[in-house]
Amino acid sequence: MMKFMLLFSRQGKVRLQQWYSATQEKEKKKIMRELITIILARKPKMCSFLEWKEYKIVYKRYASLYFCCAIEKGDNELLTLEIIHRYVELLDKYFGSVCELDIIFNFEKAYFILDELLVGGEIQETSKKNCLKAIAAQDLLQEEADATRNVLEEMGLP
Amino acid sequence: MPTVAKGDAMRGLAVFISDIRNCKSKEAEQKRINKELANIRSKFKGDKTLDGYSKKKYVCKLLFIFLLGHDIDFGHMEAVNLLSSNKYTEKQIGYLFISVLVNTESELIRLIIQAIKNDLFTRNPVHICLALQCIANIGSKEMAEALAPEIPKLIVSGETLDAVKQSACLCLLRLFRTSPETVPSGEWTQRVGHLLNDQHLGVVTSATSLIHTLAQKTPEDFRQCVQLAISRLSRIVTSSYTDLQDYTYYFVPAPWLSVKLLRLLQVYPPPEDPAMRGRLNECLETILNKAQEPPKSKKVQHSNAKNAVLFEAINLIIHHDTEPTLLVRACNQLGQFLQHRETNLRYLALESMCLLASSEFSHEAVKKHMDTVITALKTERDVSVRQRAVDLLYGMCDKSNAEEIVAEMLSYLETADYSIREEMVLKVAILAEKYPVDYTWYVDTILNLIRIAGDYVSDEVWYRVIQIVINRDDVQGYAAKVVFEALQAPACHENMVKVGGYILGEFGNLIAGDQRSSPMVQFQLLHSKYHLCSAPTRGLLLSTYIKFINLFPEIKGQLQDVLRNNNNLQNADAELQQRAIEYLQLSTVASQDVLATVLEEMPPFPERESSILAKLKKKKPNVSDIEVKEGKKSSNPPTLNNSAANTPEATPASAPVPVMAAAPAPAPVQSASDDLLGLSAGPAAAVPVTNNFAAPAAPAGGGGLLVDVFDTPPAQNNVSTALAPQAEDNFFNMAGETAPSGDASATELDGRFAIKNNGVLFENELLQIGVKAEYKGNLGRLGLFYGNKTSYPFQFFTPTVSCPGELASALNVQTKPLDVNTVEGGAQVQQIINVECIADFLDAPILSIKFSYSGSMQQINLMLPVMLNKFFEPVEMDATTFFNRWKQLNSPGQEEQKIFKATYPINQDNSRTKLLGFGFGLLDGVDPNPDNFVGAGIIKAQSSQVGCLLRLEPNMQAQMYRLTLRTSSNSVTTRLADLLLKLF
Repeated sequence: MMKFMLLFSRQGKVRLQQWYSATQEKEKKKIMRELITIILARKPKMCSFLEWKEYKIVYKRYASLYFCCAIEKGDNELLTLEIIHRYVELLDKYFGSVCELDIIFNFEKAYFILDELLVGGEIQETSKKNCLKAIAAQDLLQEEADATRNVLEEMGLP
Repeated sequence: MPTVAKGDAMRGLAVFISDIRNCKSKEAEQKRINKELANIRSKFKGDKTLDGYSKKKYVCKLLFIFLLGHDIDFGHMEAVNLLSSNKYTEKQIGYLFISVLVNTESELIRLIIQAIKNDLFTRNPVHICLALQCIANIGSKEMAEALAPEIPKLIVSGETLDAVKQSACLCLLRLFRTSPETVPSGEWTQRVGHLLNDQHLGVVTSATSLIHTLAQKTPEDFRQCVQLAISRLSRIVTSSYTDLQDYTYYFVPAPWLSVKLLRLLQVYPPPEDPAMRGRLNECLETILNKAQEPPKSKKVQHSNAKNAVLFEAINLIIHHDTEPTLLVRACNQLGQFLQHRETNLRYLALESMCLLASSEFSHEAVKKHMDTVITALKTERDVSVRQRAVDLLYGMCDKSNAEEIVAEMLSYLETADYSIREEMVLKVAILAEKYPVDYTWYVDTILNLIRIAGDYVSDEVWYRVIQIVINRDDVQGYAAKVVFEALQAPACHENMVKVGGYILGEFGNLIAGDQRSSPMVQFQLLHSKYHLCSAPTRGLLLSTYIKFINLFPEIKGQLQDVLRNNNNLQNADAELQQRAIEYLQLSTVASQDVLATVLEEMPPFPERESSILAKLKKKKPNVSDIEVKEGKKSSNPPTLNNSAANTPEATPASAPVPVMAAAPAPAPVQSASDDLLGLSAGPAAAVPVTNNFAAPAAPAGGGGLLVDVFDTPPAQNNVSTALAPQAEDNFFNMAGETAPSGDASATELDGRFAIKNNGVLFENELLQIGVKAEYKGNLGRLGLFYGNKTSYPFQFFTPTVSCPGELASALNVQTKPLDVNTVEGGAQVQQIINVECIADFLDAPILSIKFSYSGSMQQINLMLPVMLNKFFEPVEMDATTFFNRWKQLNSPGQEEQKIFKATYPINQDNSRTKLLGFGFGLLDGVDPNPDNFVGAGIIKAQSSQVGCLLRLEPNMQAQMYRLTLRTSSNSVTTRLADLLLKLF
């Protein structure tokens, strides 16, 4: 299973972190610091996998963002790369050629999309269509809610 | 600001994020954040009627601040409130905050669980999904306990939507990982298995993840899944990429599901049914065939997905290890990848081939790729890939290619990355030992190793070369000659001096005939290095000198001069000083005959598993898998030997483990000295094992006691002798810290567990045993927790408790058998043991554990921390009562007095804690001297209750204690005194 997923920029700024195993806040920070340093120091042609502590780290860079996952010994590295890719595809479809700024400003959406793809560190839905359908359904619920709010506001109610 | 994608996002949030991004400096950003935090805090505090939207917005801002790397210490309550909002988006943000920010120990966890429960029982599937995903992402123990029983219903109910089923499967999987006991198997288990046939591939994928993990724990419950998985897999691999529609990923049909099915099959042995087996082999062949087809797309995603399935199929082939054709095909396929332009593929191919190397069917096929791998070692630019190449070379090495591989590894070592040098040194040393061309080659290799990478040569490596030289007569002269030559290099590594010193000390006489290496030349050569060496090496050289005095009486004078040198005689290092004094004395007092007996040549070492291998296994647990696998096939498996040698607990004599019995001296706790222990390490090396002299185990860090002056039982072959009487005090001082190694672990056990009930009882690289105990009156209950630290199951796991000898009548022990006999990788099982104290006792019951790990039986024997004082209850009384009782207990045998040196620094508070922990009630103010302790308690045995009174008088100046105990039973008095003695 995946232990955690990190998105960080070339400057080493964390843009998203999702942890799938109980970890103390202090420990999380330490892990992120160490990993970001290691990965940023690696050259482009290098292998996307590395052994680190008890994990296998799988990472890939998309434009200015690094996507990095920690998986367990028995897990499939190549397919983890494709989980990352599928996530990028979903973000791309949703935001329309996604860039780092989209993820900064709509970080909560980025989380919701990730939650459709991965649950508890395992892949939940591998079909792009089904994932996007689920996210669109969420947005629909949100619009309904917002619509009610606007009507109420127009009526002068909070 | 980019256009907001969809829906009305929170404006205030976007403004805040823009503000932060516009900050020019770290300080400005911090200021803006502090301002926002203050604002949110006041909003949360002041405005009781804050609406859901605002709450959502502020919680979101907090989340953003958290992502920037700041700690968030409020807002949790508001987030929990959002959970019960009936607006989806508010609920969703609430859940997000909880998943990302709430740690599992939060005091809000009950409220959260309640909110989750409410959502779980609604009929609204989107709410149920939110709740399930949140549980799965947090997965705490409390959640498992409160919610796990609800999840299986959702999975197997016919009414549940597919999306909910998917989340529910993964949710249950997470809870099962957290605490398997909350997910008992039941009627639902069967039905989960049938989800492999579900129409919805998303459901099948999630269900397969769940089944895979459940099946690892209880394979029998899911055996029917093997057939389902094979037929599902077969349908996928034979489908065209259009059949599975959106579950086809870049022209590869359902790669995630395929990989999961292949992993599930790796839980089981190859199917016995020939039809099933045929079908599975067809699948695997199809997958291998597809790898040869031209790619359907140039995109890396296509090749990644295809190869992900291929590698997993190869893993299954290796796991089965029964189909020679498939194994060889797999190997050829990987061979192609070794030269692929994708670094990732080269890396994975090297890794996977390493596993193939350990199969007897494909070992030869792997060897064909040696040259490619050696090239990889030399040319790969990424150190992680080179590391894999080293691993593979190690894996494919056997008698036929050892010389070449070792030579290549040695030459690579000169430029190797620092991060992998130590491991490489170990690997070279092991290969050289395992597949020696001849023993002179072996000696050359190890000396080369020290020359090239001396800093990375750990003690185990040079111990081992000495051990082997000593055991092989035919190589001793050669070894002496080459170390002599190696030492002539102007700058030679200290490890070389150690090996040289030792070998010349033993076998220098074999080359002394040659004028170029006459005794005097040998001595001068060694001594020219003396001043550049660290104290332990100098100590070793001093031992060499005393051996020289025996071997070469003609240069005795010069040697004695060195010993007599003030630098040595008055060395600040007590060890060196002691050696110099004792050796000088020995050379003066003893006759040539006595000297020859004392310094007789070392006897051969018993054949044991290489300590280097043990070290490598510790460093890289996955290596041991390979070794064990090999072991199964070779005639000389590294069975128990390994586990026993590394077991920190000494085996109680009453339950001997064969290997331990074979070892000359009980192995001490530390790894470093395991093998050559006491025989080569420390000055003890000077003392050969004969009938009169035993080599004491000198624990590496123990300050090296020369010989043990304590009366240890002769059975331990540890008869002591004091070489120099003046050193006796010195030994006495060390008594506390270095007890005779035979029962060192038992002592340690008593010390720690006499005054506490919980803790880690035992730990090695496989197993950890924790203990939690409660005592009341004459009854006690111990919970033992056996934790499997590896990722493989322990099979036939059987712990038994025995009460040897008279203990059987004094202690009634009831052990609840385990309800499983397999401990899964990473899992923990608990065992309850009830004890009843019938009468007073001295020895602790023995826990012996047997299990099979990777096919080899392991046995561990330990003492259970059940001591007499566990059945001890404190008593309060006033001074008059105390003195009255004290006076009554004056018959012979009722009093025991011990005067002893403090083992630990004397400290009032610590002593207090220890006595209270031991079970005494402390009576303050009874003794006029406030430094003294007076205490009272009762031993509650079933047959009798024994009152005990204690007085403990510390003497700070002398660092001594006087302990006086009075009880109504003679045996209790002695036994308690024994236990107490070890505590101070």
